Amino acid sequence: MNLDLRLPIGLMFTVFGALLTVFGLASDKAIYARSLGINVNLWWGLVLLAFGAVMLGLALPGARARPGGGRS
Amino acid sequence: MHQIQLGAIDYAILIVYFGFVLGIGWILRRYVRTSEDFFLSGRSIPAWIAGLAFLSANLGAQEVIGMAASGAKYGMMTSHFYWVGAIPAMVFVGIFMMPFYYGSRARSVPEYLRLRFDEKTRGFNAITFAVMTVFSSGISMYALAKLLELVLGWSFHTSVVLSAVIVLVYIFLGGLTSAIYNEVLQFFLIVLGFLPLVLLGLKDVGGWAGLTAKLAPVATQAGYAPGAWSDSWRHLGSASANPMGVEWFGMVMGLGFVLSFGYWCTDFLVIQRAMAAESMTAARRTPLMAAIPKMLFPALVILPGMIAIALHTDRGGLLPVGSDGTPNYNLAVPVLLAHYLPSGLLGLGLTALMASFMSGMAGNVTAFNTVWTYDIYQSYIRPGRTDRHYLRMGHAATVFGIVFSVAAAYATTRFNNIMDMLQLVFAFVNAPLFATFLLGMFWRRATGHGAFFGLLIGTVAAATHHGLTLPHGAMPGLKGAFLGTAVHTYPSEMAQNFWTAIVAWTSCFIATIVISLLTGRNKSDDELRGLVYSLTPRLTDRDLPWYKRPATLGVVVLGLTALLNIIFW
Repeated sequence: MNLDLRLPIGLMFTVFGALLTVFGLASDKAIYARSLGINVNLWWGLVLLAFGAVMLGLALPGARARPGGGRS
Repeated sequence: MHQIQLGAIDYAILIVYFGFVLGIGWILRRYVRTSEDFFLSGRSIPAWIAGLAFLSANLGAQEVIGMAASGAKYGMMTSHFYWVGAIPAMVFVGIFMMPFYYGSRARSVPEYLRLRFDEKTRGFNAITFAVMTVFSSGISMYALAKLLELVLGWSFHTSVVLSAVIVLVYIFLGGLTSAIYNEVLQFFLIVLGFLPLVLLGLKDVGGWAGLTAKLAPVATQAGYAPGAWSDSWRHLGSASANPMGVEWFGMVMGLGFVLSFGYWCTDFLVIQRAMAAESMTAARRTPLMAAIPKMLFPALVILPGMIAIALHTDRGGLLPVGSDGTPNYNLAVPVLLAHYLPSGLLGLGLTALMASFMSGMAGNVTAFNTVWTYDIYQSYIRPGRTDRHYLRMGHAATVFGIVFSVAAAYATTRFNNIMDMLQLVFAFVNAPLFATFLLGMFWRRATGHGAFFGLLIGTVAAATHHGLTLPHGAMPGLKGAFLGTAVHTYPSEMAQNFWTAIVAWTSCFIATIVISLLTGRNKSDDELRGLVYSLTPRLTDRDLPWYKRPATLGVVVLGLTALLNIIFW
């Protein structure tokens, strides 16, 4: 198979993480009353960014080793 | 309940997700050249991807919404659907059955039945399976559209058309590979989308200790011991001591053996993912890889239901209550999403919910188009055409499979009873199936006539048992006793279902043995090589280091599952 699945997974969660982190920084703190006062968008956004980065990190060396395709 | 208002950020997340799903289909379209590419991913999927897809294909509407509802209704006992009703069967299919499924090069489960038994057994299985998958995917679509209508105020038509079109496009373009890749994407989305909900809920109720304390009044108000909602085994001594109304034997035999092995070991929907694996070792590791996250899923899907009912009782009315005073358990997950998650994470949670519905639907559609094309069209309608012809038929089957599903979704809105009846009939057909496979794979004397008539007798036995018994407090009809009088009354519907399965399996098992002994063998030892245990060379896995062998993984998985059962006893 010529598409390394870790690439789209990593990309999608990086985008989600970035969206949530930025929204968490910009949003009105009043909306976090329901989430027990925690800015969950910011924190979970960072978690997703980290997850996305790990997936991309795993995918990219494989792609470089075999031009034109992934490891799997 | 109040409808949820979505913000721009929530829609952005949903749209990004749809973009990725369709994009994967678009990229993979280039790799579909033969019918094997389309229906079996060219048997090239690595074990970890096949394993997560194996899990995710089953992670449909029923799992996310239904298991949370059961968590609220029955508490921790719901975990038996995982730790008793799934893991042992997944280990069994990986270690003992996959060598025959994968090794025989059968392209589908019905095709295995033809190789092992005969044409009529295959035909019976293929046709009932094809009909069943279309209706399951329709019912899944119906459930999604109803939920979105209630929670978001979206129109029923919009949701049906949107989900149908997206699933259609990505399967049409990339076939099974596209479905599998998207299932893995959906798996991560479901885990990462629901995890914040569980963490917030647990923090709110004061961790596991706080949850146990808050569930005690739930149990005592219903007339059970205080731990009935937070223990898994302790109250299974008698059917009257737990909210499920089941005793340990019915649980272990009915759910743990017949229903669980019947589903995980014979349902082509999940087996197809393992058949697409890149090698025999990968195929055998597929269900074992799937078992590891499966073991932890109760935290993700049952816990929210338990948190919802604890808060409902503790703080007064979190869940909407019906006219008869019982809470609407099916809304446990959407209510919690709205309760805890602000705009942003709410979008992620809802996207995860939609992903779970779509992965369930896609699983059904890919299983349908394969069984239709290989086992019905190629076998009975147009045999002997070119591979291109069958590939084209696979594309067409994807389209009409989805059109039928949409029709089934609309039929459900009109004739709810017909759907309930169909599901009941499918349950009768499925219940005995594992007896046929068990005898087929491990007893070379089992014959084609034995298998076919054994299945038929098992199905009739299931219907008869259901027709003569009734769950406590139910009216005769669909719920049972349709043959006139109720000979026996079960404490609950679940107990009745478990015993229907036990009766069906036992009848099929005995009937298959008796009929096989009375009829002549229709396959010689030579023809059965690779299909039956005693005639197949053992896989030794000597070339693999011990920690990579499927058996090692199986033992580890079973050990961890036993540990979980003890911790939450």
